[in-house]
Amino acid sequence: MKVIVTVKRVIDYNVKVRVKADGSDVDLNNVKMAMNPFCEIAVEEAIRLKESGVATEVIAVSVGPKACQEQLRTALALGADRAIQVESDEQLESLNVAKLLAKVIEQEQPGVVILGKQAIDTDNNQTGQMLSALTGMAQGTFASKIDIQGDKALVTREVDGGLQTIELAMPIIATTDLRLNEPRYASLPNIMKAKRKPLEVKTAEELGVSIKAHTKLLSVGAPAERKAGIKVADVAELVDKLKNEAKVI
Amino acid sequence: MSILVIAEHDNDSIKSSTLNTVTAALAIADDVTVLVAGSNCQGAAQSAAKISGVSTVLVADNPAYANQLAENMRALIVELAEGKSHLLAPATTSGKNIMPGVAALLDVGQISEIIKVESADVFERPVYAGNAVAKVQSLDAIKVITVRTTAFEEAGDTGSASIEEVTAICDAGKSTFIGEEVVVSERPELTAAKIVISGGRGMGNGENFGLLEAVADKLGAAVGASRAAVDAGFVSNDMQVGQTGKIVAPDLYIAVGISGAIQHLAGMKDSKVIVAINKDEEAPIFSIADYGLVADLFEAVPELESSL
Repeated sequence: MKVIVTVKRVIDYNVKVRVKADGSDVDLNNVKMAMNPFCEIAVEEAIRLKESGVATEVIAVSVGPKACQEQLRTALALGADRAIQVESDEQLESLNVAKLLAKVIEQEQPGVVILGKQAIDTDNNQTGQMLSALTGMAQGTFASKIDIQGDKALVTREVDGGLQTIELAMPIIATTDLRLNEPRYASLPNIMKAKRKPLEVKTAEELGVSIKAHTKLLSVGAPAERKAGIKVADVAELVDKLKNEAKVI
Repeated sequence: MSILVIAEHDNDSIKSSTLNTVTAALAIADDVTVLVAGSNCQGAAQSAAKISGVSTVLVADNPAYANQLAENMRALIVELAEGKSHLLAPATTSGKNIMPGVAALLDVGQISEIIKVESADVFERPVYAGNAVAKVQSLDAIKVITVRTTAFEEAGDTGSASIEEVTAICDAGKSTFIGEEVVVSERPELTAAKIVISGGRGMGNGENFGLLEAVADKLGAAVGASRAAVDAGFVSNDMQVGQTGKIVAPDLYIAVGISGAIQHLAGMKDSKVIVAINKDEEAPIFSIADYGLVADLFEAVPELESSL
């Protein structure tokens, strides 16, 4: 069984973004980029499926500019067998990404597709669900456990009330939540080896997908700044301030 | 313009996130219909009919919708989308699970977690963990939207909508509900509480959250946690406040032993009053706290409890 895992190149999660002075977007010039943290969890899960003998091949896929090959190489260093970059110079909206991924799925016929539940740049939380709708594959979002049992899979999901377990008919699309696993680091020999693993580049035209804009970004602004307040000396002063100044207790 | 709001409910009653979503819908247009899809959900339908400003409640009462499985729900919503200009759901784990698939089947985009309605096709939404706010215009004929509930007030309960049955049964047969572990608590729900007290890595272990619970019980507060505390296994995932957990905006948020990582601030910085208790005076949480107390939480929290 093949497993497809998707990776997105995003701003490093430790970097605090700044809005451009002209309000057109955030400033990503000379900013450290990295693999989206939820995609790291997805890659780890795919590799574990191979290590446990459930999967025979792990294919890492990214949609983006040439620079995203760096994140695909990371996935290869972590243990993916080969990679596919779907070339796109612009930041594509989720539905366009899902359509491109659906075509890759059509060609590769994986049993499991694992995506991060959201990317920490746009915070959309859409692509996995859209991919399920486009392919008709069963959907297990926000997974904290994925248990493949032959022609079905048990997926435990992190939901607002706690945990929910659903049974899905294979093939499936799963999106990762934080507690699914703890991603490993790539070792130096594996990083060297990853340079020789196959990385194929495809285009939207080759996949027969026409890219369509669904939204227009009008402006990007900074959120209302919250100013630091005061330091209180002790608990008694804190309680007094909450009662008599803020009037919240 | 005609709007369909997808209700979140437990079959007996409507969840408050639905009320916030109706308010967002009414900021777009007056014609608001609410869909209650569930199993034995007439109770929820009755309470939906009382939401102020709602003209019609559609009820799809069938075992296929019992647990709002994504495959079945999105097929049903697509059937009901004809003639609608906007489809709205709260940006809860349920709404997030269902709506992007609806958008994909309709071949339109989704605008996630709106915090402001500028016009019928222009919305504001936070990006980059709330460190920037994007103003986006939808170019699609049908707008599929999820709503950040903390950004909109709850709609009132003075309505008298008509109730219509929906007979469509959409059962994709792809997924089956097996079970759930729901944390039962006497305390208010995290996202609806007026006061929230949260603990972080500084709590040391899960047992020490008892200190926060004692304060919470005196204040009628909910108890939350930072991602660090959940990752460390101190408490369960449903308590996580942050960019990828729950977004809260209570009147009072008390952060205890929480350093203030960007992703945590994204989940609570719209709270009206923020209190931080931390022994590290350099902790970033102090830069957004209205009242900061540099102290050992194991002394300060019991003292706080006894002085309430």
